[in-house]
Amino acid sequence: MSDPVLPLGSASFDGLVEVREIGPQGMITLRGDLSAPEVIAAVTDLAGLEMPGLRGANTAGDTGLLWMSPDELLLLVPYRQAPAAVDRLTAALDGQHVLIVNVSDMRALFQLRGTQLRDVLAKLAPVDFAPEALPAGELRRTRFAQVAAGVWLLDDTTARVFCFRSVAGYMFSLLSTVADPDSQVGFHVK
Amino acid sequence: MSIRLATGGRLIDRNSTVKFTFNGKSMTGADGDTLASALLANDQMLVGRSFKYHRPRGIVASGAEEPNALVNLGQGAHHEPNQRATTTELFPNLIATSQNHWPSLEYDIGALNGFFARYLTAGFYYKTFMQPRAFWKHVYEPFIRQSAGLGKAPDPETRDPDIYEHFYAFVDVLVVGGGVAGLQAARAAGESGAKVLVLEQTAFWGGRAPVDGGEIDGLSPDDWIKKTVQALEAMPNVTLRTRNMGAGVYDHGYVLGYERLTDHLANTRGPRHRLWRIRARQVIAATGAIERPISFAGNDVPGVMLASAARDYLINFGIAVGRKTVVVTNNDDAYRTAIALKKAGQDVPVVIDAREFGGGALMQEAKALGIRVETGRAIAKVKGGKRVTGVALCAMAGGGAMVEEIACDAVAMSGGWSPVVHLWSHCGGKLTWDDEQSFFRPDSSKAPTGADGQAFVVCAGAADGHMHLRYVLQDADLKGKGVAVSLGCDRPQTTLPTAPDSVETPLMPVWLMPANAWDDLRMKAWLDFQNDVKVSDVQLAAREGYESVEHTKRYTTLGMATDQGKLSNINGLATLAASLGEDIPNVGTTTFRPPYTPISMGAIAGEARGEIFQPLRKTPLHDWHEANGAHWEPVGHWRRPYCFLRDGEDVEQAVHREVLATRNSLGLLDASTLGKIIVKGPDAGRFLDMLYTNMMSTLKPGKCRYGLMCSENGFLSDDGVVARIDEDTFLCHTTTGGADRIHAHMEEWLQTEWWDWQVYTANVTEQYAQVAVVGPNARKLLEKLGGMDVGKETLPFMGWVDGTLAGFPVRVYRISFSGELSYEIAVPAHLGRAFWDKVLEAGAEWDATPYGTEALHIMRAEKGFIMIGDETDGTIIPQDLGLHWAISKKKDDYLGKRAQARSHMTDPERWQLVGLETLDGSVLPDGAYAVAPGNNANGQRNTQGRVTSTYHSPTLGKGIAMGLVRHGPDRMDEVITFIGDDGETEHKARIVNPVFFDPEGEKQNV
Repeated sequence: MSDPVLPLGSASFDGLVEVREIGPQGMITLRGDLSAPEVIAAVTDLAGLEMPGLRGANTAGDTGLLWMSPDELLLLVPYRQAPAAVDRLTAALDGQHVLIVNVSDMRALFQLRGTQLRDVLAKLAPVDFAPEALPAGELRRTRFAQVAAGVWLLDDTTARVFCFRSVAGYMFSLLSTVADPDSQVGFHVK
Repeated sequence: MSIRLATGGRLIDRNSTVKFTFNGKSMTGADGDTLASALLANDQMLVGRSFKYHRPRGIVASGAEEPNALVNLGQGAHHEPNQRATTTELFPNLIATSQNHWPSLEYDIGALNGFFARYLTAGFYYKTFMQPRAFWKHVYEPFIRQSAGLGKAPDPETRDPDIYEHFYAFVDVLVVGGGVAGLQAARAAGESGAKVLVLEQTAFWGGRAPVDGGEIDGLSPDDWIKKTVQALEAMPNVTLRTRNMGAGVYDHGYVLGYERLTDHLANTRGPRHRLWRIRARQVIAATGAIERPISFAGNDVPGVMLASAARDYLINFGIAVGRKTVVVTNNDDAYRTAIALKKAGQDVPVVIDAREFGGGALMQEAKALGIRVETGRAIAKVKGGKRVTGVALCAMAGGGAMVEEIACDAVAMSGGWSPVVHLWSHCGGKLTWDDEQSFFRPDSSKAPTGADGQAFVVCAGAADGHMHLRYVLQDADLKGKGVAVSLGCDRPQTTLPTAPDSVETPLMPVWLMPANAWDDLRMKAWLDFQNDVKVSDVQLAAREGYESVEHTKRYTTLGMATDQGKLSNINGLATLAASLGEDIPNVGTTTFRPPYTPISMGAIAGEARGEIFQPLRKTPLHDWHEANGAHWEPVGHWRRPYCFLRDGEDVEQAVHREVLATRNSLGLLDASTLGKIIVKGPDAGRFLDMLYTNMMSTLKPGKCRYGLMCSENGFLSDDGVVARIDEDTFLCHTTTGGADRIHAHMEEWLQTEWWDWQVYTANVTEQYAQVAVVGPNARKLLEKLGGMDVGKETLPFMGWVDGTLAGFPVRVYRISFSGELSYEIAVPAHLGRAFWDKVLEAGAEWDATPYGTEALHIMRAEKGFIMIGDETDGTIIPQDLGLHWAISKKKDDYLGKRAQARSHMTDPERWQLVGLETLDGSVLPDGAYAVAPGNNANGQRNTQGRVTSTYHSPTLGKGIAMGLVRHGPDRMDEVITFIGDDGETEHKARIVNPVFFDPEGEKQNV
């Protein structure tokens, strides 16, 4: 079998922040009752991470648990392990009303890094990117300009942004445009 | 004449000169100048021609309220019309030209209009150009457009070369205005710990205070401002932005800030403008006040200027607007201008004070300086054409009988001040008339309210009607603290800045000067400089029955120019009130609408231009298509290949080649864009039975079924193939454009109506690249790729199976939209391109031919398959399309069932789907209507059908079409007439079965 190919072939741009397409990232959508002990046990057992609370993003490397909605979780797993992880979850939750599906190829994932991070993000999404409003480890599902997107911060200068695969090129151009080195804002970062 | 004095000018650097051109003439200004101050430094009093009468016009104001000094700025792609010289900061090699004249500013043939001004009154165009009706469009309007209007529109072939962006900011307190009121309010709010953002539209802090003078906490205003800005800069919770105008206040504390980043620079990098999209919990509008002109004859002659502006030019830029400046006023404040000019060594021949007993301390100070003061007097008229040469003095009480002519080259006028209440009013704040000070001020009991019903805007300082420094600061401090407390912060402990008390004599309202000015004077007394509206026009409107200020505005165009009447509105409505014999508050104001001053289109568009104007959705195979001659078709935000052009082919040839290659051997289609939605749960079957018109719950795992979805109104909304994955799980294919919409439709029903059903959905459209392998050799290709059994028995028509092909993990659906033996193969998107390459390579021996959407459409039409969006348009029910077979009779209910039983839906007169063939094999025009005998009530020909899809079929070698025809299925073989696009040409077509090709389905069932 061929190797997976990212939508933009690992594109990168250096400006106010460094923008880099990363992946492939295994992703599994789980829809179900996120308060059910069986569901919590199955996903935390698989990921080795705490169950995230409302809007939480608990991640470690390429493993993670992202709270997407009151009944939807996005599990991050190493790309090659996604099919097996789906099988393992499905078996663990046999008899539960859940939907578990491998969506590892459905999105594009970008890493943004730099001190200007919060100001750059605030050019595209109607979100309060102040540290107290969006601390590291909290996920925002929002829009970046004209497309749906999700974003969470790993730390104060590193963010991950995902969007659907088909608009990867648009997202990369957007991020590169607003990270123009001559467009510093000085709002979140003075 | 206006000149730069040897000293003075707090905002300019005299040692740094800046060269620029005006109407091609080289001029020199100083660093820190505005274009307006630089023009005045070069004695350029005449800066433009008026809108209607082409009167010579000069600079009137010094800020955003300027009506006259509008210029074309820049050249070529950078050309921008209607830029205010007063808010344009000078930069090296700036190029400006004046507007609205021909052939030149000095000699304008349009000025002839001025001679006919007596006839060009309010409503002139409405009254004169009514008849004959056809003349408006072809004669009058082109002529009027040529002679009226302001700036030159940019060349349509140029493209704005600059970049723009948006910025989303969330704050507790937004302070609009960086004058002393704004700074003090920001400080008070900032001390509470609230997150504060301060926007100032100009490049510097402090507003008018340094010009108007006084003392704050024992400091000069300049020093106090510097100290306060430093204190604010040191506060981590406060952000200060200059060149950033609060443009509009909207619901829920949404405010737009218009930041001009590079307009003041010659060489620019980065974004030109940034549109701040701010959410503020509280807004403090510290927007100051604007001085009003006085309506006297000739108040528009170049050299007549607001008294405050004359003072600004003197103190900020070291410019005397005249060597001999007459000051005319109805209040004390204008004496400051006289005093400042006198102290700067300029001649002030007289201060004309309309008040019978004149003013207070400031008047005494002026007199002590030796300035002549005439009280109870007025200007009868200003002498001069392209610049002021003198004024005729008269009694204020009379009609304008001249008592003395006084030579001068400038007039500084002050009719009082009006608080800038725009931002207060944008979102519904009401105003109250302050009789003592003669202006509208915010009515704090009727503030703009947010979602919680509480006020979210307060005005501070002059914007709230406090006109003296001491009270401005007191009010600002109070408002800043009040806002902090309303946000739940502790009351800040800042100390109130002190300023000496000052007592001024109240102004006398002067809406016309002299009070009973004769007709010929009123016809030269301007209210709206930019739109050329005079006192006589508003009076005429009142006589003609216009009582509402909103109607008068539109009839006379008062306040409708690019300045939105910042100088003219109050004078205009006071004039209207006087004409109607009403009190001013009873007449009211027109509506204040955002933006405060015009903002650029580029700022509104933000980053959305060029490549990222709109998102472009790309399938995993997009790059291959692009490299292999794809002729693109937009489908939603996707680009899909319409066809693939090979050397020397035109589009039609390519499409026909693709159809024939597929029918005869093997075609390949990128079907990745089709929607794929997983529906899972114990109630999934029951849910799909409600969504689709046919029965889905009886589908067996491993099988596929075509289904129709309708809206609750019964209209056909989407179609596609459903595959049952297992007992609890279905995969629903939707149309390309329907994927997101149908997913949302499913979620809506699940979340609002059937919330207790156990069903989850997931839109996995983009997880897969999907390749359709179509044609008689399709199975051979799959067998060659190898890895799974795709034989007729194991994978029959309308079956699906998981497996591997050439090592790729795949799901293969045996479904057909072409009538051929056909497989749709889903592979993970990251592997899509590699799989496609493999298929192409393996298929070469059968001439595997990638085909586009047009070949897809033709092949489905040959088979009589409907297409959502062609055969349907939101008014079509499945029964119209002969799809009764896909509508379950057994089900109790499905979305649309009830609607489809209504009388109009079951009407046998509804047009029905049929096939159509022209008698000569030609192609029917798309969308053409079939005519019926007679005319309808509107005198139009009756119709009995229309074409919904029409193609040349390369397979059959003739035109084929589908259409909706009244009683169509009962009229087989009848010939009806369609009318072409020109409304005349007749096309005869025979009604036939819509399945043109392989009606028995033998090809797909092999």
